[in-house]
Amino acid sequence: MKIVIIDYGAGNIQSIKFAIKRLGYEAILSSDAEEIKAADQVIFPGVGEASSAMKMLKSTGLDKVIPTLKQPVLGICLGMQLMCTYCEEGNTDGLGIFHASVVKFDNKLKVPQIGWNRIYDLKSELFTGISEREFVYLVHSFYVKECEETIASTEYGVEYTSAIQKDNFYGVQFHPEKSSDAGEKILENFLKFT
Amino acid sequence: MLTKRIIPCLDIKDGRTVKGVNFIDLRDAGDPVELAEIYAKSGADELVFLDISATEEKRKTLANLVRRVAEKVNIPFTVGGGISSVEDVDILLKSGADKVSINSSAVKNPDLINELAAKFGSQCITVAIDAKQINGEWMVHLVGGKIPTDLNLFQWAKEVEERGAGEILFTSMNNDGTKAGFANEALAVLSSELNIPIIASGGAGNMQHFCDTFIEGKADAALAASVFHFKEIEIKDLKEELRRNGVEVRL
Repeated sequence: MKIVIIDYGAGNIQSIKFAIKRLGYEAILSSDAEEIKAADQVIFPGVGEASSAMKMLKSTGLDKVIPTLKQPVLGICLGMQLMCTYCEEGNTDGLGIFHASVVKFDNKLKVPQIGWNRIYDLKSELFTGISEREFVYLVHSFYVKECEETIASTEYGVEYTSAIQKDNFYGVQFHPEKSSDAGEKILENFLKFT
Repeated sequence: MLTKRIIPCLDIKDGRTVKGVNFIDLRDAGDPVELAEIYAKSGADELVFLDISATEEKRKTLANLVRRVAEKVNIPFTVGGGISSVEDVDILLKSGADKVSINSSAVKNPDLINELAAKFGSQCITVAIDAKQINGEWMVHLVGGKIPTDLNLFQWAKEVEERGAGEILFTSMNNDGTKAGFANEALAVLSSELNIPIIASGGAGNMQHFCDTFIEGKADAALAASVFHFKEIEIKDLKEELRRNGVEVRL
């Protein structure tokens, strides 16, 4: 099995690699389009600012590659947000895979949201073995609005999308690699998708 | 609803834990990785590693430790102590740290906060502030509280937020080591005036102190060392007590 983590200079990707290793799999980091296309599963990470991350994707041509992938793809955190139509952060278009936009939390709340919150209304095999209202670890200032493709929700002043799916594309706002045993289970479920 | 976080802090010197720990089930009480794994399993929400060593080899040893922790531990962790440049942070994040904490270097060079936030994102930049109340005024101190500055805690905290910090770790030097409770009055002011999460530190002695700092001090997270290391408080018991008092926690 070949798991590729897309490496485009964004964020802490070692943690994802280590989490996959704890599950007994090996992942490689790559920015090479052919290598990414040939993977069994692709993980699209991201931490940082949306418009600069989009610029990095465009400069490598990966913005054209990712939407055409046929194997299971998992966007994590900013990775998931970039797979949406539009990101308010840096006023940038996303990859347009998910039909939702990404907006900032109300400034009456503490932003970023940092810590453990619950996921509920779970609607995907990604959550096999996961209880409703399980805790996951989140760090973010912008959120994906609820839409038809939402497969898990979270509440932080507003009910928003904490996981999303369209065809072979999945996205999670939380960090499965940092969400203790529940997070590892979700990651393991994804790695079993073909 | 976002839960309140419980954060054990491990002091590190030359890659080993410093403060005595009282875990009879530890094979090597000085191994931070083993201790971190136990805390992760016992319900800690995050971990902080504070490096207090000052040798030339330090950076390499620390990065190596960070990597070993990241390999084993499935909860987030922050690394602090002597971080003073973009390069320092880059190495630690690339080794697998989720966040870094800066303290004296932010006071000496406030632009560092802006640079780090721009390069790595606010979410991974914690600014630690040590302060002492002198004649009624909270003044920022450096080097673990030894050196006073002319900065007011609340003004500095506001500036830190404006410059792009994602979180503030506030240690009250008046409370630290006393086991008499956190500095809840100052914490409540910080929490109301700022729009980023505040971690309370200094003074934890019993479970009621944690309840108080979340309810009265409006803290978003609470950090402690010895009460956890010496098993005076079990994290699971603490969280059950917090829940009984209406504080949302992950259990």
